[in-house]
Amino acid sequence: MNTNGYLSGSNLERVLKNGYFAVTAELGPPQSADGNVIRRKAALLKGYCDAVNITDNQTAIVRMSSIASAVIALQEGLEPVIQMVCRDRNRLAMQSDLLGAYALGIRNLLCLTGDHQTFGNHPTAKNVFDIDSTQMVQMVTAMRDRRVFQSGGEIKGQEPRFFVGAAESPFAHPVEFRPYRLAKKAKAGANFIQTQIVYDIPAFKAFMEKARELGVHKQAYILAGVSPLKSPAMAKYMRENVPGIILPDELIERMEAAGAPWAGKKKEELTPEDKKARSAAWQAEGIKICIEIIQQLRQIEGVAGVHIMAIEWEEAVKPIVEGAGLYPRPVIPEPEAQPG
Amino acid sequence: MIVAEQKSLDEIKQLVGRAQKVLVVGCGTCVTVCFAGGAREAAIVAAELRMASKLEGAPKEVTDVTVQRQCEWEYLDQIAEQVGQVDVVLSLGCGVGVQAIAEHFPNTWVVPGLNTKFMGLPTEQGVWEERCAGCGDCLLGLTGGICPIARCSKSLLNGPCGGSLNGHCEVNEEIPCAWQLIYDRLKSMGKLEVLMDIQPPKNWCTARDGGPRKIVREDLRLATEE
Ligand code: SF4
Ligand code: SF4
Repeated sequence: MNTNGYLSGSNLERVLKNGYFAVTAELGPPQSADGNVIRRKAALLKGYCDAVNITDNQTAIVRMSSIASAVIALQEGLEPVIQMVCRDRNRLAMQSDLLGAYALGIRNLLCLTGDHQTFGNHPTAKNVFDIDSTQMVQMVTAMRDRRVFQSGGEIKGQEPRFFVGAAESPFAHPVEFRPYRLAKKAKAGANFIQTQIVYDIPAFKAFMEKARELGVHKQAYILAGVSPLKSPAMAKYMRENVPGIILPDELIERMEAAGAPWAGKKKEELTPEDKKARSAAWQAEGIKICIEIIQQLRQIEGVAGVHIMAIEWEEAVKPIVEGAGLYPRPVIPEPEAQPG
Repeated sequence: MIVAEQKSLDEIKQLVGRAQKVLVVGCGTCVTVCFAGGAREAAIVAAELRMASKLEGAPKEVTDVTVQRQCEWEYLDQIAEQVGQVDVVLSLGCGVGVQAIAEHFPNTWVVPGLNTKFMGLPTEQGVWEERCAGCGDCLLGLTGGICPIARCSKSLLNGPCGGSLNGHCEVNEEIPCAWQLIYDRLKSMGKLEVLMDIQPPKNWCTARDGGPRKIVREDLRLATEE
């Protein structure tokens, strides 16, 4: 059932398989039923990435469904990667949603554990965690390659064919285990990996070295996560509060230096114009740092692309992709549809 | 053991309601050891209820008794007479004890005085921690004796999620990350390779998800009349 040697034939798969350095971005659905939010964000990202991740109730906050949002993105000419977390669905719901997602034209899937519901806006909810993300990878690759449901029962008719991804957080604890967990996900059948945000290049190099030792880069395309810093305060917040993020002092200093012309002034001394100019200076520096990180990541053997996470700052993706010399994105013709 | 915690006196008062004669029934096993519902606690709750009802101008007759195990009929038989004389039984047993009383005394109104929390153990004086979720298919042999079902906030089977930080779980700093513990233990025992096997999806049928569970041991059953 393969289409010209492709597993799913998705744009992301084609770009990676043809040896291009891939770019994925992220699009967070709204906390409302307003499809125009997706359309507006899609317009900012279109042409600047090979596929866009649509988050699934990110940070356990109720948002428009990932699959529904992905369909809107598709209509806007943007290829989606739907994210699916283990928190909210059991194996029945996962599989039925994936059958539907495929029927609706979705071809990429990222399997995630999901943040605990206590972080979100429904902390009193019951969670599911019927299967974990590694098991989800196994389940969806078996649906595709062996045409079986998780139960072992045969899929009669069209099987869902996704290009299957998983995530890894290289610096979460226990750090020594992370390359092995990555290897487990590759062994489970993951075709691509998107990592937690990388700021510390030497630390990531060490992770990749181990990953190469385990041969993971030969089994799955590894896309390193990047995210532009927006302000020194945001940088510090991330460093203190987000597990698995190492943010070197030097980067925080650079962000602070970018705001130096306005430093030392009290809040009330700053005019709205001052604040605007300071934000712009910070953002410009954040984008510059992000571009430099991408350039360094490109040099690391086994890094097949970058995943740019600029949630609620989609405007940043264009200058980052252009600045990193990754624009325009390759156009690879779709494989001929196979009869049947 | 089963670990429980007493309900607030306010809630207990509400549960007891307007009943005039109250019997507080303690249990001499798990909840005695975790200081929630033993003889001592039963006496204290009874005294508190008496005092409170007196202050409210409608004194209740509150007595207390503690059985060795509330979850076995034979111990409940010993208090049948006292139970028969009251309007309500306030059980300081775990949820099993409360239900045993309801089942054994069909005409008695019984209310719970405890919130049954988990199966666990005291890790230090005054601290109890959950250890087992009774999943019905124990996999501790794969994890160095540390339970990922009960102790990982997401019951993960293939290693830590991305939220593990400095030994604690992403949910809060009070919860040790089960997978950090498993990793450390397997490492110290030289058995890390165990973690490289992919654990398949768990069969939750043996857990609560399969419906209420029951064990029948034919070898132990008394011969039943045909
Ligand atoms: S694996 Fe199941 S039976 Fe074993 S300790 Fe954990 S919850 Fe209890
Ligand atoms: S941080 Fe550790 S204990 Fe908490 S959910 Fe993740 S793996 Fe489980």
